[in-house]
Amino acid sequence: MNSQGATADPQLQRFIESETQKQRFQQLVHQMTGVCWDKCMDKPGPKLDSRTEMCFVNCVERFIDTSNFILNRLEQSKGFKSESMLE
Amino acid sequence: MEGYSSDFPAGGAGGKVDTGAIMEQVKVQIAVANAQELLQRMTDKCFKKCIGKPGSSLDNSEQKCIAMCMDRYMDAWNTVSRTYNSRLQKERARM
Repeated sequence: MNSQGATADPQLQRFIESETQKQRFQQLVHQMTGVCWDKCMDKPGPKLDSRTEMCFVNCVERFIDTSNFILNRLEQSKGFKSESMLE
Repeated sequence: MEGYSSDFPAGGAGGKVDTGAIMEQVKVQIAVANAQELLQRMTDKCFKKCIGKPGSSLDNSEQKCIAMCMDRYMDAWNTVSRTYNSRLQKERARM
């Protein structure tokens, strides 16, 4: 589709791209906060103690590692490259 | 913030769409969506942590727990955001 609006306004296009990027970041923060909350949070106390905070930091790092690992492994396997995923 | 009366404000001559107004509108809608997402997830998590057996009302200790839980959830959100951000920074530097 080559609608006028999409091509006519590069400023808007750049804006949408950057907002989409930011939104992807935000969405992942929401998701990881939920996942790591379940893993790390005991009873909510009067402040976030350093042990719990460390758990959140590690949780985020390992979540990203896991995501990257899975992506790499799938890319290496044949099944992923064939059309089977796309059909 | 001025006048978001129509969904997509069209300013200028000949019905030309005002890019600045659209960008503002999009930003507001994104902010609202993010606030809703946070509210919904926070409610879910803090309900699970603080309400053992739903009684006939939210009692005092439950309210205290929820208040504390909200603050900790924000702490957690910020920690996750900071960690993810610095991880992205690091990965960008490596490339």
